Amino acid sequence: MKITEKEVRYVAGLANLTLTDGEAARLQADLDGILEHMDRLNEVDTAGVEPMSQVLFEAGETATLRADTPVVPLGNQAALANAPQPGAGYFKVPKVIER
Amino acid sequence: MDIPSLTIDGVRQALLSRECSASELAAAALRFAETENPKTNAYLHFCPERAMAAAARVDERLARGEDLGALGGVPIAIKDVIVTKGVKTTCGSRLLAEYIPPYDATAVERLEAAGGVILGKTNCDEFAMGSSTENSAFGPVRNPVALDRVPGGSSGGSAAVVAQGTAVVALGSDTGGSIRQPASFCGVVGVTPTYGRVSRYGLTAFASSLDHIGPFARSVKDAATVLRVIAGRDPRDSTSAEAPVPDYSAHLTGGVKGLKLGLPVEYLKHLTSETGDLISRGVDQLKALGCEVREISLPSTEYAIACYYIIATAEASSNLARYDGVRYTFRSTASDTLSDMYRNTRGEGFGAECKRRIMLGTYVLSAGYYDAYYLKAQKVRTLIARDFASAFQEVDAIVAPVSPFPAFKLGEKVDDPLAMYLSDIFTITGSLAGIPCMSVPCGNTAEGLPVGMQILTKHFDETTMFRIADGFETAQRKE
Repeated sequence: MKITEKEVRYVAGLANLTLTDGEAARLQADLDGILEHMDRLNEVDTAGVEPMSQVLFEAGETATLRADTPVVPLGNQAALANAPQPGAGYFKVPKVIER
Repeated sequence: MDIPSLTIDGVRQALLSRECSASELAAAALRFAETENPKTNAYLHFCPERAMAAAARVDERLARGEDLGALGGVPIAIKDVIVTKGVKTTCGSRLLAEYIPPYDATAVERLEAAGGVILGKTNCDEFAMGSSTENSAFGPVRNPVALDRVPGGSSGGSAAVVAQGTAVVALGSDTGGSIRQPASFCGVVGVTPTYGRVSRYGLTAFASSLDHIGPFARSVKDAATVLRVIAGRDPRDSTSAEAPVPDYSAHLTGGVKGLKLGLPVEYLKHLTSETGDLISRGVDQLKALGCEVREISLPSTEYAIACYYIIATAEASSNLARYDGVRYTFRSTASDTLSDMYRNTRGEGFGAECKRRIMLGTYVLSAGYYDAYYLKAQKVRTLIARDFASAFQEVDAIVAPVSPFPAFKLGEKVDDPLAMYLSDIFTITGSLAGIPCMSVPCGNTAEGLPVGMQILTKHFDETTMFRIADGFETAQRKE
């Protein structure tokens, strides 16, 4: 077995996802099968091969940076327009610090 | 005016000859789309005010005798992962059911600047994750060619509206085949340009090293026209390329004689007989047009699925971290603490496929597994890109199938995620290499289901890709 239900719960914690018991069981089975398929990569000899971390190699690292000129930003109201709970010009969230 | 068979040229002629105004056309196109849409569920929502305002601007240009723009008056649909200012953009997710973006994607801006008339937003798999559009929180899309079948995915809605005639052209997004595969299933043209060719500013990020925006159309020429409008450097997307954008349509002369085409031997063994037969017939037609066809080898193909689903899910797990209940409309009400709010919002908001991919991506990036999965996959990706680079030393383009099978029935594959992933084999390789690839209709099966042929060329050589597709399309239509 590639992954246990306990590990599924651990990974869900890392990913900030609440899972129902049914979802955790189903994910364990799905991920197990998928990870087993992914193990086929071990058959490939990649000694000395550079990882492809960007798609187009020709451009220099800073070639695609934009000019550093100021633009009008979105603005507070527009930025908050989709907030589930805006307040006093901020995004409100449940209390983080207990007294 | 026959709305479902309009072309970009047809719209231009109608407007210039004063057969109708852009406003009349937009109103008629909206009416037609709204009437037809319940058959397929391809549009999620329409934006009539925006469409009529865009059409009015085209009519003003007409009245002043100005140029209409390359897309003057053309009814267009946009996949709902591409943001539209003031028009709901849901990404097919319950999480964003009420999200109204405060800005336009660059591609959307460019379409409208060229006179395009955006009618509405199209359904898709949630956050573009899927190959059938069955993962939308707003119900699946039905294939207009066969209503009991899927349109493919994830851009199933955009492929369907073009096939159904409820838009002339549409934008989709492609990460591992999400434009080409639905184009193939619905019998339309779908183009994934070179990585970096089209700005992704305003495309909701799924896997940033693989995401593309590209067009759907009913002809190669129309797809080429749309690509030319949306392509080119955008300072707001640092991954957009400086490369000059050619006038693709000017190269569609029909002549493909002498072009060297490669047929990857590794792909042919995966084919069901009927799809394989149609592709072979297509290859014969290309030979008859004077192309030289030879077999080539892309030896790393069999590792592409594993490579892709590691890289794409790793990037997705990070890109989707932003949907935490703070900024984007949906928040679980069942939480007293901040961390519960994050977890419950995501647990309630994401559908099953998104959760599966977030979990997979988080797993392959987690401590102890990063080197074994993610880094390994990036190295294999280099090998896949090298396969293509060496093939293009020998040939001008590669011809391949798009999908191992034509459109399947709704519900037929939803219970087997690995089988669904494996069916992406032919489209994923080109995505990993970042090269331009497209699907062009290649005939129908005995049951009448469309099959697409894929054409792939080297980085930034969309011109050769369009030339071959156009020559092939012309030959197909003569048959």
